[in-house]
Amino acid sequence: MSAETSSSSAISDVEGVSLYDVDHPAPVIEPPRKRTGKTPKGSRTNFEMYAWLFMRLSGIVLVVLVIGHLLIQLVLDGGVSKIGFAFVAGRWASPFWQVWDLAMLWLAMLHGANGLRTVINDYAERDNTRFWLKMLLYTATVFTVLLGTLVIFTFDPNIR
Amino acid sequence: MATPTLEKNGTAEAGFADTPYITATFRIRRFNPEVSDEAQWQDFQISIDPKERVLDALHKIKWELDGTLTFRRSCAHGICGSDAMRINGKNRLACKTLIKDINPEKPILIEAIKGLTVLKDLVVDMDPFFQAYRDVMPFLITKGNEPTRERLQSPEDRERFDDTTKCILCAACTSSCPVFWNDGQYFGPAAIVNAHRFIFDSRDEGGEQRLEILNDRDGVWRCRTTFNCTDACPRGIEVTKAIQEVKRALITRRF
Repeated sequence: MSAETSSSSAISDVEGVSLYDVDHPAPVIEPPRKRTGKTPKGSRTNFEMYAWLFMRLSGIVLVVLVIGHLLIQLVLDGGVSKIGFAFVAGRWASPFWQVWDLAMLWLAMLHGANGLRTVINDYAERDNTRFWLKMLLYTATVFTVLLGTLVIFTFDPNIR
Repeated sequence: MATPTLEKNGTAEAGFADTPYITATFRIRRFNPEVSDEAQWQDFQISIDPKERVLDALHKIKWELDGTLTFRRSCAHGICGSDAMRINGKNRLACKTLIKDINPEKPILIEAIKGLTVLKDLVVDMDPFFQAYRDVMPFLITKGNEPTRERLQSPEDRERFDDTTKCILCAACTSSCPVFWNDGQYFGPAAIVNAHRFIFDSRDEGGEQRLEILNDRDGVWRCRTTFNCTDACPRGIEVTKAIQEVKRALITRRF
């Protein structure tokens, strides 16, 4: 609504100083990445479908995992004050919590990464920007997932 | 033209106090590349019967106030789908929107539909929209010899895709879709609706090809189910539901 409004013909007011005329029309504003006859055809893979399905299924599992995680860590049995090295060491002594945390790490990271991939696909206009943003995203995801997995499996409670 | 005397009588009988006419302001987004590279809002005050449509107001402005106002309309009765525009921030057909329904006390905002190149005033370049439509192959595909009589279909089979046959290709849905605004490579709701119309047609045998096209990176999986398209559709097609049905068909095809 910031544009000027007037009851008289607003456009004809600027006619005197206009740079544009019938032979030299102003450039029009094209939408990002518009579809033409030369738009490449699909890759014929099911990747997008599996990504979509993964988001739904991992979302359901993550609701249980994350809410359970938050309850145990922050609410039940003394709340956040009980968390310390001993608490973490005690939990990771059990394979059940190792699997829980590992599943949460992988699902949350992949779920979030795929969500961000979607956001990049939606909002990055140029192919180059898309490519590099996604490379950054994938690097960060792989790094975090591998580091987390390494910590869960090689955790040593006797470390000083 | 046929009954000039009747019209005269009508206006004479309507007294000054109970005239149906009101003064309404139409704030129209004007763009003329031959004059300026910037679009501007321009106000038009006209006296009009609120029971008339926005298209009638646009006609009145074009015919009586400013002949340079440019917009598309063909049939003017909600069938051809030429006059989709953004009225008070919502995509509607100007020929199906009554002025009394959109609060004429405040200025009525009219602009071109979003996500397509504005060529002049309310006219946009529809080529990318129709390219997406073409890309889903919106025609009957069959194998074998042509039958000597019509291809029969049960009422139940016809009912399956009845909703999506109503599409008039006005682009109100596609140009209300935030995914399409940001990435024109997305097929958009209208193309998917028209693919749906043939995918679920029992007479058609090209469903597999169309599903393969919509399984693509720019196909149905980009739909974020914001329901903008269902809200915008002047024909009342449940657009988002149709897109979800294509998604379901893709998943059940695989599993």
